Amino acid sequence: MTDSKTSATNAQDLELLSFRVAEQEYSVDIMSVREIRGWSRATPLPHAAAHVCGVINLRGTVLPIIDLAKRLGLEVLAATERNVIIVVQVNGQTVGLVVDAVSDILSIPQSELQPPPDMSSERGQSYIRALTVVEGRMLRVLDLDSVHPAMEADAA
Amino acid sequence: MSTPDPMAEIRASFFIECEELLESLQDGLIALDGGDTDAETINICFRAVHSIKGGAGAFGLDQLVKFAHRYETVMDAMRAGTLAADREAMLLFFRAADLLSDIMRAAQEGDLLDDSMVEGTLKDLESLTGGIEEEEEEEADFQPMGLSMDLGTDEEPPFYSVTFAPERELFKSGNEPQHLMRSLVQMGPAQVICHSQNVPLLDALDPVAAYLSWTIEIQTDASEQDMLDVFDFVDGLCTLKIERREEDAGLGLLEMPGLPSLDDIGGDDADFVPPPLPPELGPPAATTTDGSEIPKPPVANAAPATSARPKTEKNAPTANPTVRVDLDRIDRLVNLVGELVINQAMLSQSVTEAGLNTNSQVTSGLEEFMQLTRDIQDSVMMIRAQPVKSLFQRMSRIVRESSATIGKRVNFVTVGENTEVDKTVIERLADPLTHMIRNAVDHGLEDSADRLASGKSEDGTVTLSAAHKSGRVIIEIVDDGSGINRPKVQNIAESKGLIPAGAELSDSEIDALLFLPGFSTATEISNLSGRGVGMDVVRSAIQALGGRISITSHMGKGTTFSISLPLTLAVLDGMVVKVAGETLVVPLGTIVETVSLQKGDVRTLGPNSNVIHVRDTFVPLLDLGAELGYRTSPATFEGAVVLLITQEDGSRAAVLVDAIEEQRQVVIKGLQEAYGRVPGIAAATILGDGQIALIVDPVDLMASAIGRNKQTSNSLEFAG
Repeated sequence: MTDSKTSATNAQDLELLSFRVAEQEYSVDIMSVREIRGWSRATPLPHAAAHVCGVINLRGTVLPIIDLAKRLGLEVLAATERNVIIVVQVNGQTVGLVVDAVSDILSIPQSELQPPPDMSSERGQSYIRALTVVEGRMLRVLDLDSVHPAMEADAA
Repeated sequence: MSTPDPMAEIRASFFIECEELLESLQDGLIALDGGDTDAETINICFRAVHSIKGGAGAFGLDQLVKFAHRYETVMDAMRAGTLAADREAMLLFFRAADLLSDIMRAAQEGDLLDDSMVEGTLKDLESLTGGIEEEEEEEADFQPMGLSMDLGTDEEPPFYSVTFAPERELFKSGNEPQHLMRSLVQMGPAQVICHSQNVPLLDALDPVAAYLSWTIEIQTDASEQDMLDVFDFVDGLCTLKIERREEDAGLGLLEMPGLPSLDDIGGDDADFVPPPLPPELGPPAATTTDGSEIPKPPVANAAPATSARPKTEKNAPTANPTVRVDLDRIDRLVNLVGELVINQAMLSQSVTEAGLNTNSQVTSGLEEFMQLTRDIQDSVMMIRAQPVKSLFQRMSRIVRESSATIGKRVNFVTVGENTEVDKTVIERLADPLTHMIRNAVDHGLEDSADRLASGKSEDGTVTLSAAHKSGRVIIEIVDDGSGINRPKVQNIAESKGLIPAGAELSDSEIDALLFLPGFSTATEISNLSGRGVGMDVVRSAIQALGGRISITSHMGKGTTFSISLPLTLAVLDGMVVKVAGETLVVPLGTIVETVSLQKGDVRTLGPNSNVIHVRDTFVPLLDLGAELGYRTSPATFEGAVVLLITQEDGSRAAVLVDAIEEQRQVVIKGLQEAYGRVPGIAAATILGDGQIALIVDPVDLMASAIGRNKQTSNSLEFAG
C-alpha cells in the first residue's frame, strides 16, 4: 500500500499544506496546490458520483469540485460559506477539493513520514499516503492520485 | 527547421504552396475524371505539377523533381492529345498524385521515399505513353507544342509584328492593354515586348499619362484584319501598326523553352526576366519601372504551348488576397472573444440588477455593445471555418487505396465540398471518416460479381456529402451496396453476448448494434477493416465533437451513415431554462416550439410514461429535472413549460422545464476535459452571474430515456 513516491530518498523536507476535513487533519503536497479560494456554489452534475459536488467557474474554465469529506467517507457537514476550496493539479487535471479550513504550511522531513499501517478494512485508508506527527497531533498526507484517479472520466 | 534560417522559412512556405498545388491538381484530376477533358483542365494539372517541380528544384529535392518531371511528361502527352483520359490513365494519374504528395511530405521531413515504389508508379505511368517521351526528357522543360498545331496545312503560319502604343485617352475610357494583348496572343504563339524607355523619372511622371508601348511578335494564321479587330474598341486611342515579318526572324525566339504562360506572369512570377531578343527585333525590353499607376505587367510572354482557344481567362479566378496566420493566434482570439461574451453578459446582468430605466443611455449603449460582440464573434468564427474540401480529398485517396487493396471498383462522389466547418471539427473528423469510408468500401459494397448478379452496375458508388442544415453540418456517407444484413448482425450480437438471444429488435435497433463496443461484422478479417477499431470508436469520436451519428439502411440498396455536427465548438444559441432550481441551457436549434401546459394536456401512458397532445400528435413527455436526477417526477404538470424537441430523424419529444428565463448566445466550455462525459449533457457554459450552467443535449437525453423505457419493458439489467 505504500506509494513509491514517498520513498524518494531525498533528504529534503516535504512541504505540506495542512487543512481540516470533518474534524480531522489532512495535508497535501504543496507542489500540487494551485490556489485556495473561497467557497462558491457548485453547479451539480447529473448522474455524478456522490462525492462530486459539481462544477464551478474558475476564471472562465470549468472546475470540477470534490467534496473531500464524502470522498473519504467521513461525516459530512453541510457545505457553508466558511468552507474553502483547494484547487489541486492531479494527473494533469485540475480539481477543487472542498475542505473545512486551511490550517498551515508545514515543512516535514522525509524521515518523519511513515506509511500508514495496513488496516484494509478502513475505507478512507487507501487515500492516505503517509502519516506524520505534528505537535502531538496526527497529520495525514493525502494521496491525490487515488482521491482523483486519472480516469474519473468514466465515473459518469 | 528549428534554426531561424531564412531559407527554412522559404522552404516552409514552399511546402504550404505545394499543399495548395496538390489540391488544385486533385481538383483538376477529378474534373478530368468527370469527363471534363478541356485543354484548360489538363493545363491546370500540368501547371500544378510543373510548379511543384520548379520549387523542388530550387531546394534540391531531387526525388520530387524527378518524379514531378516524369509525371508532367506523361501529362503532357495528354495535353497534346496523344493520350486519352480513360479510366486506366486517370487511376494512374490519381495514384501518381497521391505518390507525389507522399514524396512531398517525405521531403518536408527531410526523408526520401522508397525508390522502388516511385519507380513502379512511374513505369506504369510511362507505359501509358509507351515511354516515347523518355529520350528527350532531360533538357526539355517544356515542349514547344505550338508549331505542331493541327492547322490542316503544311505551311508555317506567317509572322507578324504588331506595334501598339496606347494614348492616355485609352486609359481614360477604361480600356486595358493587357486584355487586348491577351486576345491577340490567343491567335498563335507570340512574344510580347514592352517598351518602357519613355517612362520618365518618378518626379517627372504624370500619373495619368501613357508611357508604355508594346511590340507583339506573333505567328498566326489569322489575317491582319482579325488582328485589327482585336483593337476595334481602341481605334483612334492608340497607335497601331501591323507588319508581316520574315519567318526566320521570329523562329528562334519562339522555340525558346521555358516561357511561362501569360497567366504565370499575371501571378507571382515577378522575377521573370525576358529572354534576350534577336537584335533585329528592336530595343531590348527594359526591366519594370514601377510607379506608374497603369495596372499591367510591363512584359508579357505568351507561351507557345496551348492551342489558340479562348479559354485563358477561365483559369485565373480572381482569388481574394489571403494572409496566412498561425492557428494559435486565432485560437487566442477566439478565447478572448469568448471571455468578452461572458463579460458582456455579466455587464448586462449588473445593469439589469441596478434597475436602470430601459431607455436610459446605458441600456441602449449596452444593446449596441451586445450587437457588436455578436458580430465580432461571428467574424472570428468565420476565420476558423474552412471548407471540408481538403478532408474530402483525403477521403478520395482512402477510397482509391482501399478499393485497390481489395480489388473492388469504386466511384467516389463528393458533394458540397465547399461547406465550411470549424477547423477543429475538420481535423477531428478525419479519423472517424476514414474508418467509415473504409467500411463502406470493404463491407458496404458487394464485389463486382454480386453486384452484377443483383442487377447493379459493376462499379460501386460511395458518396460523401456535406451540407448545412438548421445550424448544423450534416455529413453523409452513402454506399449503394447491399445494405445491412440484419439477421447476420443480430446473430453476431447474440453470439458475442451483446444482446440476449431471441430478443425482438426493430430494424433501427439492429442497425444501432453496429455501434456497440466489441462488434465487428467482418467474418474474415480483411486488410482494411476489422482491426478492432469499431464503429463504437467512431461514435464516441463524433460525440466528442458534439455530434451524432445515425444509420439508415435498405436491403439491397445501400447504407447511409449520417453525421450531424455543430458548426462551431465555441458558441451556441441557447434557451436558458430553470429546472428544480438549477439553470440549464437547451440548444435553440433543437427546439421547435415551446408550449405552456394546461390542465388535461398530459395523459399517462403506462406506469411511468406520459405523453402530451400537441398539434394532433402524441409526443412523449420527459421531465428534465427527473432525467438529470435533480428531482423525482413532479406531482403536477400544470403551469409548467415544455420545449418541443426534434431529432434529426424527425421524431419529437417534449421536455418539461419549470420556466424559460431567456434566449441568448452562450460560450461553450468543454466538460469533457475537466470531468468527462455526462449523459444528457453536451457541455457547460458560464452565465452572466458567473455561475456555470450545463448545456443539455436533448437528443442524447431522449435516446437514454427511450432506451431506459425499452430496458425496463424488456426487463433487462442495465447498470448506470
